[in-house]
Amino acid sequence: MLFRLLASSAVAVLLGTSAFAQERVLDVVSPFELKGPEPGVSGYIYLQMDVIETLVNSDLEGNLVPGLATEWTTSGDGLEWRFLLRDGVTFHDGTPLDAAAAAHALSVAQGKPGLLATAPITRIEGQGNEVVFHLAEPFEPLAAFLTEYRNMIYAPAAYAADGAITEVIGTGAYKITKIEAPLRMEVERFEGYWGEPAHIANATYQSVGRAETRALMAESGEAEYVVNLDPASVARLAELDGLDVYSVSIPRAMLIKANTAHPVLSDLDVRRALSLALDRDGLASAVLRYRAGADQILPPLLSDWHSEHVQPLRYDPDEAISLLAEAGWVPGDDGILVREGQRLSLTLTSYPDRPEMPLSAAVIQQMFAEIGVELTIDLTNSSEIPVRHHDGTLELALFARNFALTPSPLGTFLTDYAPNGDWGAMGWDNPEFVDLIRDLARGRGGQSERDRAIEILQTELPVLPVAWYQQTAVISHAITGAVLDPFERTIGLKYIRWAE
Amino acid sequence: MIKAIGYRAAQALIVAALIGVLTFLMMRALPGDIAFRIAAGRYGYDAVNAAAAEAVRQELNLDQSALAAFFQWFGDLLRLDFGRSVISGRPVVEEIRHQLGASLQLAGAALAISLFIGPPLGVLAGLRAGGWLDRSLLVVSTALRSVPQFMLGLLLIVIVSIQLRWLPPAGYGQVAHFILPATTLALGLAAVSARVARDAMAGVASSSYYAFGRWKGLDEGQVFRRHGLRNIGVPLVTFIGLQLVMLVEGVVVIESIFAWPGIGHALVHAIFGRDVPMVQATALMLGIGFVALNALVDLLTHWIDPRGAQR
Repeated sequence: MLFRLLASSAVAVLLGTSAFAQERVLDVVSPFELKGPEPGVSGYIYLQMDVIETLVNSDLEGNLVPGLATEWTTSGDGLEWRFLLRDGVTFHDGTPLDAAAAAHALSVAQGKPGLLATAPITRIEGQGNEVVFHLAEPFEPLAAFLTEYRNMIYAPAAYAADGAITEVIGTGAYKITKIEAPLRMEVERFEGYWGEPAHIANATYQSVGRAETRALMAESGEAEYVVNLDPASVARLAELDGLDVYSVSIPRAMLIKANTAHPVLSDLDVRRALSLALDRDGLASAVLRYRAGADQILPPLLSDWHSEHVQPLRYDPDEAISLLAEAGWVPGDDGILVREGQRLSLTLTSYPDRPEMPLSAAVIQQMFAEIGVELTIDLTNSSEIPVRHHDGTLELALFARNFALTPSPLGTFLTDYAPNGDWGAMGWDNPEFVDLIRDLARGRGGQSERDRAIEILQTELPVLPVAWYQQTAVISHAITGAVLDPFERTIGLKYIRWAE
Repeated sequence: MIKAIGYRAAQALIVAALIGVLTFLMMRALPGDIAFRIAAGRYGYDAVNAAAAEAVRQELNLDQSALAAFFQWFGDLLRLDFGRSVISGRPVVEEIRHQLGASLQLAGAALAISLFIGPPLGVLAGLRAGGWLDRSLLVVSTALRSVPQFMLGLLLIVIVSIQLRWLPPAGYGQVAHFILPATTLALGLAAVSARVARDAMAGVASSSYYAFGRWKGLDEGQVFRRHGLRNIGVPLVTFIGLQLVMLVEGVVVIESIFAWPGIGHALVHAIFGRDVPMVQATALMLGIGFVALNALVDLLTHWIDPRGAQR
């Protein structure tokens, strides 16, 4: 019996391996699940797998490059943008891409939560072969907004009457042949693609939740492109032949948000002292396992917005203690600072969905204790941060924020800091900052205004930057042409070839 | 017999009603604003703000009273309409079919493999209780049972996929993907079913009727088929039925290691995302499946040993 079983599994093995050899399918593995056809839900996966495209693309440095639109122009008053569509583009269902289809897709996207909904757009329409945006006021980052995965162009047949998306039909170099939500998707080369056809005929996307399993899939050669590895696996895989491990800084930052209307936290000296108490490089090395302490809000990757002119945030607990002493805080019996009978005790709200958050919160608790600040950690639903922001009960919150779903962080600054936002400033009102950001959005101002805006955040500290995130990927030597994009829009799938 | 089936049918109805009420109450009692959780499931954590949550609240009519929501769900259920997932927007029935189907396939494969390993070895050991096979089986099954399953799974991946390169380490969609997760589960199952079979067999083999069978001149094969098999059948079938239930519900860890789309994983994610229709339908399917399986075990044991019905 046992022998027969082993023999039959051996046969299955042989069948399985020979099947691999014949088809040679490119396997992409990542932790993110296919939750549904809506771009807001899993759109970044369809974008990365070259299934659906956007009007405007961005390169690995964040420069805007043509996508489905070959060029774009703005009227003199900045109230009208025209995007000229590429000729000869067809959707996977055979229908041609025209301005009406693109305008419909973007109008629907604008009606759903996302960056585009925050832009001052009054109407989007198709005219000839141009998509025309009518604006209430000039809006400089519009083209950058259109690179976002939530603004992808789906075929008209993909939409139900109410604007819900029921099918994933795009114009990309690959079309979906099978979706087994939530974990697996198969794509095949789209022969009617407008550009150079993809080199590899078939690929799969697999969502694998556990980092150990992802690493093992890379190590065994089962997957050629694996995203998001745990630190231990990075060290191990880097030693192996046949694989390359890459990591890039991404525009995501770990931040501590402070309620600047709170009786204690409204004192800038207290916020400065808390900032001085943070050993950012130490925390990043210990928890994230890479030395990427954030000495200002945005990483050097966003070169326009990473300011060379501001004083970097420092770690100096002694200065923190003297700042608090000047503000009247003196150590009590148990070492915790007291002023007028009130203990310097704060609550930090965070959430366990990102595994590094509870650990980081515990480290921050220790660092604050060093300067005599008592910190209570409240690990709860991430949704409690916006809820407590709105009911005013939030004191401090630790979270991660992506600043560049598009290559420009302007949209995030507008929603989070001009003047306040669920995932940004709270109780903060800095008219100069708001004016600077709104002017920049209207296309007024340049590098010195951006530097000034960053300087305001750096000195006012409505949030305390903690660390900048990195993304890792392991890419097999079996393929060439793959890339790791800091803006997480592409893996270069349509350019990937099998290595000779 | 008909009485037994009627009893199980009534039980299924009660289970369904209880599960409906309990999951509903539990989902309501979970902390956190449900609209925010759903919005986070749909749009990702950092795309969620009060406006997105408010849009979800409006769309799903989350402000209606708990009682009204419950009766609406129950009414839909009576029309066999499980609704749509509030996260993916897909019909709940499709999601469950895929994910429960995948779990059942894996559980079925694991059970089949374990049946080839566990009971035959257990029977051989039980026939010679105290022999070398019996003693070594005790050691091996204790060892297999005490190794956590995720360890066993990782160990198999490292040996079979990384060192030998025979099988893919994880994934779904091909026959080859079944072997490692099913074997991992099967080894744990076989470790116990071998012990159950061994004890049952040892008891039967030492009985007077078994000795009488031998004494009247039946050879070992005949005495086992006529007096052994049926008698060890009842405890074994009952136990295997239990194992299948444990499998479907308890393979979450194995599924996550081998990236297998399973119902346990789906349920956990549905709870995180406050996907109430998905949670209710999944719990309902699992509950009714449990009752159906028990009914099947009843029927099987009754067929193996019809004496119980006359009592």
